[in-house]
Amino acid sequence: METIILFAPLVGAILCGFGWKLIGETAAQWTATSLLFLAAILSWVVFLTFDPSAHPNGAYTVNILRWIESGTLSTDWAIKMDRLTAIMLIVINTVSALVHLYSFGYMAHDENFKEDESYRPRFFAYLSFFTFAMLMLVTADNLVQMFFGWEGVGVASYLLIGFYYRKPSAGAAAIKAFVVNRVGDFGFALGIFALYMVTDSIKFDDIFAAIPDLQDATITFLWRDWNTLNLIAFLLFIGAMGKSAQLFLHTWLPDAMEGPTPVSALIHAATMVTAGVFLVCRMSPLMEYAEATTNFIVFLGATTAFFAATVGLVQNDIKRVIAYSTCSQLGYMFVAAGLGVYSVAMFHLLTHAFFKAMLFLGAGSVIHAMHHEQDMRNYGGLRHKIPKTFWMMMIGTLAITGVGIPLLYVGFPIGFAGFVSKDAIIESAYAGTAGGYAFWMLVVAALMTSFYSWRLMFLTFYGTPRGDAHTHEHAHEAPNSMLFPLYVLAIGAVFSGMVWYGSFFGSNDKVGKFFGVPYAEASEHGEAKAEDDHGDDHAEEGGHGKAHYNLVGAPGEGAIHNSPDNHVLNDAHEVPVWVKIAPFVAMLAGLGLAYQMYIRRPDWPAKLAEQQAPLYQFLLNKWYFDEIYNFVFVRPAFALGRILWKQGDTNTIDGGINGVAMGIVPFLTRLAGRAQSGYIFSYVFAMVLGIAVLLTWMTLFGGAN
Amino acid sequence: MGNILSLTTFLPLLGAVILALFLRGDDAAAQRNAKWVALVTTAVTFICSLFILTNFNPADTGFQMVETRDWLLGLQYKMGVDGISILFVMLTTFLMPLVIASCWDVKSRVKEYMIAFLILETLMLGVFLALDLVLFYLFFEAGLIPMFLIIGIWGGKNRIYASFKFFLYTFLGSVLMLVAMVAMFSDAGTTDIPTLMTHTFGTENFSVLGVQIVGGMQTLLWLAFFASFAVKMPMWPVHTWLPDAHVQAPTAGSVVLAAILLKMGGYGFLRFSLPMFPVGSEVMGPLVLTLSAIAIVYTSLVALVQEDMKKLIAYSSVAHMGYVTMGIFAVNQQGIDGAIFQMISHGFISGALFLCVGVIYDRMHTREIDAYGGLVNRMPAYALIFMFFTMANVGLPGTSGFVGEFLVLMGIFQVNTWIALFATSGVILSAAYALWLYRRVVFGDLIKESLKTITDMGTRERVIFAPLVVMTLLLGVYPALVLDIIGPSVSALVGNYETALAAFEAATQFAAN
Repeated sequence: METIILFAPLVGAILCGFGWKLIGETAAQWTATSLLFLAAILSWVVFLTFDPSAHPNGAYTVNILRWIESGTLSTDWAIKMDRLTAIMLIVINTVSALVHLYSFGYMAHDENFKEDESYRPRFFAYLSFFTFAMLMLVTADNLVQMFFGWEGVGVASYLLIGFYYRKPSAGAAAIKAFVVNRVGDFGFALGIFALYMVTDSIKFDDIFAAIPDLQDATITFLWRDWNTLNLIAFLLFIGAMGKSAQLFLHTWLPDAMEGPTPVSALIHAATMVTAGVFLVCRMSPLMEYAEATTNFIVFLGATTAFFAATVGLVQNDIKRVIAYSTCSQLGYMFVAAGLGVYSVAMFHLLTHAFFKAMLFLGAGSVIHAMHHEQDMRNYGGLRHKIPKTFWMMMIGTLAITGVGIPLLYVGFPIGFAGFVSKDAIIESAYAGTAGGYAFWMLVVAALMTSFYSWRLMFLTFYGTPRGDAHTHEHAHEAPNSMLFPLYVLAIGAVFSGMVWYGSFFGSNDKVGKFFGVPYAEASEHGEAKAEDDHGDDHAEEGGHGKAHYNLVGAPGEGAIHNSPDNHVLNDAHEVPVWVKIAPFVAMLAGLGLAYQMYIRRPDWPAKLAEQQAPLYQFLLNKWYFDEIYNFVFVRPAFALGRILWKQGDTNTIDGGINGVAMGIVPFLTRLAGRAQSGYIFSYVFAMVLGIAVLLTWMTLFGGAN
Repeated sequence: MGNILSLTTFLPLLGAVILALFLRGDDAAAQRNAKWVALVTTAVTFICSLFILTNFNPADTGFQMVETRDWLLGLQYKMGVDGISILFVMLTTFLMPLVIASCWDVKSRVKEYMIAFLILETLMLGVFLALDLVLFYLFFEAGLIPMFLIIGIWGGKNRIYASFKFFLYTFLGSVLMLVAMVAMFSDAGTTDIPTLMTHTFGTENFSVLGVQIVGGMQTLLWLAFFASFAVKMPMWPVHTWLPDAHVQAPTAGSVVLAAILLKMGGYGFLRFSLPMFPVGSEVMGPLVLTLSAIAIVYTSLVALVQEDMKKLIAYSSVAHMGYVTMGIFAVNQQGIDGAIFQMISHGFISGALFLCVGVIYDRMHTREIDAYGGLVNRMPAYALIFMFFTMANVGLPGTSGFVGEFLVLMGIFQVNTWIALFATSGVILSAAYALWLYRRVVFGDLIKESLKTITDMGTRERVIFAPLVVMTLLLGVYPALVLDIIGPSVSALVGNYETALAAFEAATQFAAN
C-alpha cells in the first residue's frame, strides 16, 4: 500500500506528461487526478490505521531498490513509515489531490497561452511529479533519499514557477527559487557529509543509534573544532532555511507567486515549504542534543515570523500577502521545533496546510473571477459577486487569525484550527523561553497576522468596487471543480485543530502513544516509572492538570525524541492565564485595527503611508533584501566571472603561455599560414607522427643505455 | 575469444581501412555509404565490447583477458582490462555510434571525416586497454592527431588557432611524460604496466637546483605525468585550450572531446599516478585538491558570463572535471568511486549537451546565446531534452550527475573540509549558470524573426538522444550498475596505496631512528 501511495503520482505524471497525445488532454488530466485521489484515500487509510505500538520503535521500513553503495556507504530506495511520515502523507496527498481537481477549473482557460497550445497536461504532469518528489522526501529512511526528494521538489517548483514561460518575470523567479534553494542544499549536503563522517552511515536508524555516543564529541570543520551535534544540526538547518523560506533565504518565496495559483497553494503553502520543519522534526534525536543550534532555530523562527508579518502588512498583491503570511507561519513552526515540541510543530504544519491551501485557492478563485487581476487595490465589494468564495475565505481567515473561545476546555479547546495550533506554539514559546524573545515576537506577529488577514478580507470583499468597472461587472463565481476543494479544506480548517488536539498537544502519554514514543509516569522525585504502551486509562484526562508522564524513549525510539531534560510540552500546559489569552487579545486588536482602517476610515491607510513614508517604503520593499542581495551577491558574481574570464583566462593564462611559447610562435605562424593554403592535412600528420616516432625511439634506446 | 580486446580495439581501424581503400567518389551515394560503413563498424564494435563486459569478473581486481605478443624492436604488445578501465571502454564504444549518427548531415569530405572518427575510436580504446608503457604512449599521443584534424579541417572560422592551441598545450605535457617514461624504464627495466604497478620507485629526498624534492624520484615522475594528464583533464590553470577547441570543433568532435578524450587524464591518474607513485601522490595531493577547488569555483564563475553556448558548456566541463581530480586525490573509496562515476556520467551528459547545441547550431548556424530565446514555443521536444540534461548537469539526484558529485564530495569531506566547502559551493554556481543559459535560450516569448520558422527535433535526433537519456536516468536511479563493477578494483587500489604509504612511512621512521 505504501508503495502504491508513493508511485501512483509518478505513474500519473508519466502517463499525463507523455501519454496525453495518445489518450487526449482531458483523459490525461483525469488520469493524473484520479491516481492522486487514490493516493490520498490510501494515505488516510494508512494514517488512521497506523499503530506505532505494533512495530518496533514505532516504525517499519519497506525496501524498494539498492541505490548508492560505495565502501561503507550504503543507501537504499526505501519507505520509512512512522507517525511523521503518516502525517505528511495525508497533508501532501490530500492537498495535492484537491489542487489537481481545482486546476481543472483554474487552468481551463489561460490567456498566457494561445488557443491551440496544450499546456494543461504539462501542468498536471508537473503537479503529479512534484507530489511524487515530495513523497520521496517524507518517506525516506536515509538522508540521501531525502535529499533526492528535497531537490526533486525544487525542480518541480522551478518548473511550475516558470510555467508561464513567456513572462520574463516568471523565468527570473524560477531561477531565483532554484538557486536560493541550492544555497540551502549546500548546507544540507555538508551536513550529510559530516554525519557520514562521524556515524559511518546516512540511515536514520543508524544515525539515531549513534547519537548517545556523540554528545560532547567534537569535529574539525574549517578552522576549528566544533561540537559535533551542534555543527551538523546547524548545517542541516541551513537546508531547512532554504526550503522553508526562513529569514535570509526567504527571498524566493514571494517571487514564487509568479506561478499559477494552484501551485502556490500546493507547493508554496501546504507542502514543499514545510519540508524544512519536517526535516528538523525528523532529526529530533539529533536536534535535542544540539542546544546552541536549536536556540538559533527558535531565534530565527521567531524573527522570521515577525519580519514576514511586517512585510505582509503593506503588500498590495493578494498572493504576496498570503506568501508572506506563509513565511511568517513557518517561523511559528520552527519556533516549536526549535523548542523541542516537535509534535506541536507538526500540529501547526498540519492545520496550516489546510487553512493556507484554502486561502490560496480562495485567492485563486478571486483572481479567476477578476480576470487575473491580483492587485487588491482594484478589488472591493466582492462578497456579493462571489459569495461562496467569500465564505470560504472567511473560514480560512478565521482559522489563520486564530478565532476560538479562550480558556474553555472540553477535552479539547473550542476554536478554528489555527486557534488551537498557534496558541499551542505560543504557549510552548512562553514555557520554553521563560517568556522571552520568541514569545513576544510571536504574540506581536499574531497581532499583525490578524491585521493583514482582515485587511485582505476587507479590501477584497467589503467596501466599494475599485479598479476596472468592466471586470467587476463580469466577476463570476468559480465552477464547482474549484469550489469543491475549498469545501473539503474548510472542514480541515475548522475541525483539524479540535480533533487532533490530544494527539499533538495533549498530555505526554497521548502524544507519546500517537508518535510511538515510550513514556513513563513521572513520580514525585522526578524518577520515571516504566509504563506499558497501553492501559493508561487511569491517567487523569487532559493536559491541564499536573503532568503525569514523560517521554522516555532513547533516540530513534518513536517518530520524535525528547531528551530527559526537555519538559516544554508539559510546561506549556502550565502557563499563566494571561499567556493563554495573549494571542486572542492580539487577534482582536489586529481585527479592530483593520476594521478601523479599512472599513470605518478607508482614508487612513494612505495618510499613514504618507506620514510614515520611510517606514512604509521599508516595508513595501521587503526590508530591501532583494536589493541588498543583488548588490552583495549577484552583481559581484557576474563581475567576478567577467574579470576571471578576461583578466584571468585571456590575459594572464593565455598571455603567459603564449609568452613561454614565444620561441616557437614564428614557427607556428608560418606553419599556420601554410596550413591555410590547403596543406594542413599532410603537415599536421607528418609533424605529429614524426614526433611520436622520434620519441618512441628515444624511449627504447634511452632506456637501454 | 582469446583476443577480444584486440578485436574490439582494431575493428574501427579495419572499418577505416575499408573506407580508405574501397570507397571512391564523393557523390551523395558515396557519402551515404561512408556513413553507413562507419555506423555499422561502430555498432559492431559496441557489440564486441559487450562480450568484454559479460566476460568480466568484477571480483577479480587484477587484469583480465590479457593478451601478450612480441612486437617490433623487442617491444611487447600487451592488452588487458580491469575494473578501472572497463567502463571507459564501454563508454567509448557506446558513444561512438551516436557520434557517427550525429554527423549524418555533414556534407564536406564525409569519407575522411568518418575515417578520422574510426581511427580515433581505435586509439581511444587502445589508451584504456594498453598494458605496456610504449603502447600506451603511442595510443595516447596518436589520439591527438585525428582530433587535431577534426578540429582543423571540419571546424569553425578560428579552427587553426584553436587546433594549434590544443596541440601546443597537450604536446608540452607529453614531452615531460615521455622523459618520465624513459626514466621509469631505466629504473625498473621494463615497460610492462602491471609490473611497474608493483615496482617501488625511489623516494629518497634530493635537491634539484637547491630545491629540496620531498619524495624524491617518485615526486618528479609524478610531476611529469601530471603535466600531461592535467592538460588533458583539463585542470585549472591549463584549461584555456578547451573552450577554444570546443568552440571551433564540429559538434561530433566536441562530443568526443568532452565525453571521452577528457577522461584520458583521469584514467591516467588512476592507472599511473596513484599506483606507481603513491608517495609522489601523497606529497603533491594537496596541490591537486587546491587546484581542483579553484577550478570548480573559478570556471563556474566564468561560465556564468559566457556569451557562446559551447564555451559555457566547455567551462562547465572544466568545473566537473575538477570534481574528478578532487575525488581521485582524496584517495578513499567514495572519492575514487565518485570520480570514475563522474567521468562516465559526464560522458553521457556533456556529450548530450554538446549535441543539444549542435541541434540548434545546425538550424541557425550560430552559438551566440543572444541569438536565441523562446525556443520552447516551437521546439517543445528539444526544450524537454535540453532541460533534462541541464538538470543532470547541475547534479540533480535521480540523474547520474548527482551520484558522482555526491560521492566525490563525501570522499573529500573526510580529507579536507575547506576543499569540500568550496567544492560544494559549486552546486550553487552550476545551478546559476546552467539555468541562466537555459532561460535565455529556451524560455521567454519567441520574438526573433529568424527563429519563427525553426523546427523541432527530427526522428534521427530523437533517436540519438534516447540512449543518453536512458543511461543518465538508469545510472542515477540504480548506480550499482557502475559501482558494482568498479568497487572491488577501487578498493584494491586504495588498499595498495595505503600499504605503500605505510611502508614508506615505516621506512622513513626507521631511517630517522
